[in-house]
Order: sequence, then structure tokens, then C-alpha cells
Amino acid sequence: MSDHIVKAYDQELEILGRKIAEMGGIAEKMLSDAMDALVGFDTRLAQMTVESDPRLDLLQRDIEEQAVLTIARRQPMAVDLREIIATIRISGDLERVGDLAKNIAKRAIKIHSEMNIPRATIGLRSMHESAAILLKDVLDAYAQRDAERARGVWTHDADLDALEDSVFRDLLTFMMEDPRNISFCTHLLFVSKNIERIGDHATNIAETVVYVVTGETLPMDRPKGRTTLTEAPTTVF
Amino acid sequence: MTTTSNQQDDANGHAAENPATAVQATDHVQSQSAEKPILQAVIQPAPLKQKVAVRDLNFYYGDSLALKSISLSLYAHKATAFIGPSGCGKSTLLRVLNRMYDLYPNQRAEGEVILDGVNILRPEQDLNLLRARVGMVFQKPTPFPMSIHDNVAFGIKLYQKLPKAELRDRVEAALIQAALWGEVKDKLNASGLSLSGGQQQRLCIARTVALQPEVILLDEPCSALDPISTAKIEETIDELKENYTIAIVTHNMQQAARVSEYAVFMYLGELIEFGVTAQIFTSPEKKQTQNYITGRFG
Repeated sequence: MSDHIVKAYDQELEILGRKIAEMGGIAEKMLSDAMDALVGFDTRLAQMTVESDPRLDLLQRDIEEQAVLTIARRQPMAVDLREIIATIRISGDLERVGDLAKNIAKRAIKIHSEMNIPRATIGLRSMHESAAILLKDVLDAYAQRDAERARGVWTHDADLDALEDSVFRDLLTFMMEDPRNISFCTHLLFVSKNIERIGDHATNIAETVVYVVTGETLPMDRPKGRTTLTEAPTTVF
Repeated sequence: MTTTSNQQDDANGHAAENPATAVQATDHVQSQSAEKPILQAVIQPAPLKQKVAVRDLNFYYGDSLALKSISLSLYAHKATAFIGPSGCGKSTLLRVLNRMYDLYPNQRAEGEVILDGVNILRPEQDLNLLRARVGMVFQKPTPFPMSIHDNVAFGIKLYQKLPKAELRDRVEAALIQAALWGEVKDKLNASGLSLSGGQQQRLCIARTVALQPEVILLDEPCSALDPISTAKIEETIDELKENYTIAIVTHNMQQAARVSEYAVFMYLGELIEFGVTAQIFTSPEKKQTQNYITGRFG
């Protein structure tokens, strides 16, 4: 939808959309770098990931400022209004995704020397794969204003919840086997929680995309993939 | 804004969003309360009363058809905003509602406009009585060249002989309702023309409400006013809703979104969309409506 009588209005919306795309790219890269650093014991890559976070924060502020200015200047209505509200919401979600990725990178730096069970990260890797797909899909859905694709992300987040469940059980086993594993496994538990949270942000964005395209809000209760036991990580850690 | 989907889920609310059903089955349509779904469950809103029903209205200027088969409802104690590009017929529609067009030859209306169950387009309708019941405020303030008091009293005197004291009370009440009393109470004998544009417009509103009409038609009442005067008029409109049914034509989208509960989008003499204002301005059903309110109409 870009055919306003006032051309500058189109431009403002376009720039906002482009900045969201940029944020999305950075957030995706931060997540995959952080996980690579964790799995590959690469502290340099982890450090670089941490350092790229401020760029994301800056972009988010920039988007918010631009959005507020556009609202003040153009008094957007209907789809334009939804579009601008969406950029504010999505930039917030992506900024959080960046924070969570940064947190994973920091943990990678902390535990690289003491982590002695490489297979401890296998579960996390599939969680990461799953989260990366959600993130990519939802960003594509936003770029193409594709409500159906966004709905897909919204339903599939349940898979990630289920994976987190099994990672939790695995890590618990390692900790019971040998108390020396407790320290780094605790860090890995947080990592799994972080990835799960990233999935939640992807579903938030999916809801926003559906709202932009259709003007409808998705129901409050989203399909969950957890058993009762997996509620434990949320409360314990 | 995010609540529009709730409205769609609400069967009664949905009836109001669909012009066709809204006209036929309006008496049990609920008021727009989707913003408070929880409250709504506890307190049942009073049922909406249909004050004016327009049915299959065609209007001709000579041979040219200016309104094409318009059907819609105005609900009692609600404001309905009419939006659309210049020449779309919204002012024409307003002028039909109190038969202002009768003043001109070659203009005629077909169809029905039903005010409280009576078709006001029937030939035997008493026009003076109708215009006392359906008051109108125009785009440009039109105070008479007389004192502020007399401007408001003028209309009352046409219809009723009141003792001076009572007349004074009616004038005061009307000026209070039009949110002008505080500014003019010490100079009621000053000329109406000495007031500012915004004050003059509120004086005209006072003149209209002085007759205690049932419906008030506002044809771009704020188009020539500064933001402060506009805000005052909008505040007045909010207060007037308690007692009157309001129809307002405006080119200012934000104003329509602010003051009205229902909105009508018209284009080239046709009614494109009629629905709950909150819905029209966040996610209209028709593409044409969306294009217009977002500034994409070429």
C-alpha cells in the first residue's frame, strides 16, 4: 500500500519498514552468532555479538521517534495507523530478541572453559534451529504482509515450547550425574529459556503482522507445547 | 483501536456495522461499547433507538442524480459523521433531512426519510414544524445583525409567545448548552456580529438548540475555526448528544473520529460504507473508504 497523494508520507512509511527489516537482519544474525559461539566455544564471536547489540537499540529508538513524528505529522488512519503502531511494537520485540541473543553470547563467554560435555548443547541447537525458522518466517511474513504465514508462526511456537521441555530434562540428567556439571548446565538452562523467549517474541510479531493486514487481533490463548513439568523452569529459574 | 474485532464478535454490534441490516433491525442494536467488553457483560447498555431512517433515497438537482438509493439510520443521542470528497452528496443528504432543498425549484427527493415513524418527505409535511424539530448549523457562521440575546430569542419568538423572563431563561439555557454563556453573559446586548468566528458559530448552535429540536444537522461547523474554537464546538457536540441526535458533515477525518459514534462514507452520490466510527477509522471494510481516509484518493 504505497500510493498516498502526499509522496513524502509514502517515503516515511517505507523508511520505517526498511528499518524494521534491518533490525530483523541484525537480530537474526545475533542469534545465530551467539549460538555458534556457544556451541563452538568461540569467545571472539561471542564478544562481537555482544558488541552489535547497541546498534539494535539505536535502531529501535530511531523507529520509535520516526513513528511518533509521523503520527504527529500525518494523523494516520486505518491501515496506515496499524502499520505505524506495528513498527513500534515489532521494533520493541526485535530489540528484546537482540538482548536475549546478547545474553546467550555472554553465557558462552562465561562457560566456554568449563563445559566438558559437548552433547549438552544438542538439544539447544535444535531449539535454535526451530527459533531461527520462526524468526525468519515472521520477518518474511512482515515484509510480504502475509497474514497466513504469520498465523503459521503463531501456531508453530508450540514446537519450541516442547523442545524446551526435553532440553530441561536432559540438562537435569547431566546435573544429577555429576555435581561439577551444575554450573554450566544452569547457564545452558538460561540459554534454553532465552531461546524460548525469542520464540515468544516471534509470535508477538506474528500477532502484529496479522493485525496490520487484517485489523484483527488473534485470540489471547495461543497453542502451547508444554507439559506440566516444563512449567518448572519458568518458576525455578 | 485494537477492539474492532470484539465488535465483530458481538452479534448486535455487527448489525450496526452493516448498513442494510442496520436500517431494518436497529431497535435492538447495542451501543458501541466494545472498548469495555468486561463492563458490557455486567451492565447491559440501553438499546439503541433509531431516530431517523433514510430509505432508498434518490435526490435530483434538475435532471442530475445527486444521491443514489441511500439507506441509513441516525440513532438517538448519537452523533453520525458524514465523510467523503467534495461533491459526494453529504451536504445534499443533510439538506434533505430537514427539507432545506424545498426552498429551491428543480430539486426533488424520492424515497423515504422517516423521523420517529413519520415520512417527512410526504407533501403534507409542515416544513416550519419540521425545521423546528430538525435544526441546522451551516459552514459559515450566520448570526443575524442584532444583539446576542435577540439572535437566540429570534427563533423562539417565531414559534412561541413567551413572557420576557421566561424567554430570557430559554436564551440563557441555549447559550449554556452551546458553551457560549460564560463568554457572553455580560454583553447580551452587544451585536452578534461583534463576536469572534468561533463564538459566532457557537451562537448559531445556541440559536438552533434554543428551539429545542430533536435532531441537529451540522454542515462543516468548524471549517473556518481555529483549533481552540474547534475544540469548544466539539465539546459542545459531546454535551448536545445527551439531548439530541446529531448528524455532522466534516472534511476533517480526525474530527469525525473524535465526535461521532457512527460514520458514513459517501462517494459520487453513493453510500459506500456505514458503520461504527471506531471500525471505520481503524479497519474499514471497503477499499474505497480506506483509500479516502488514509489520503490515497487520487
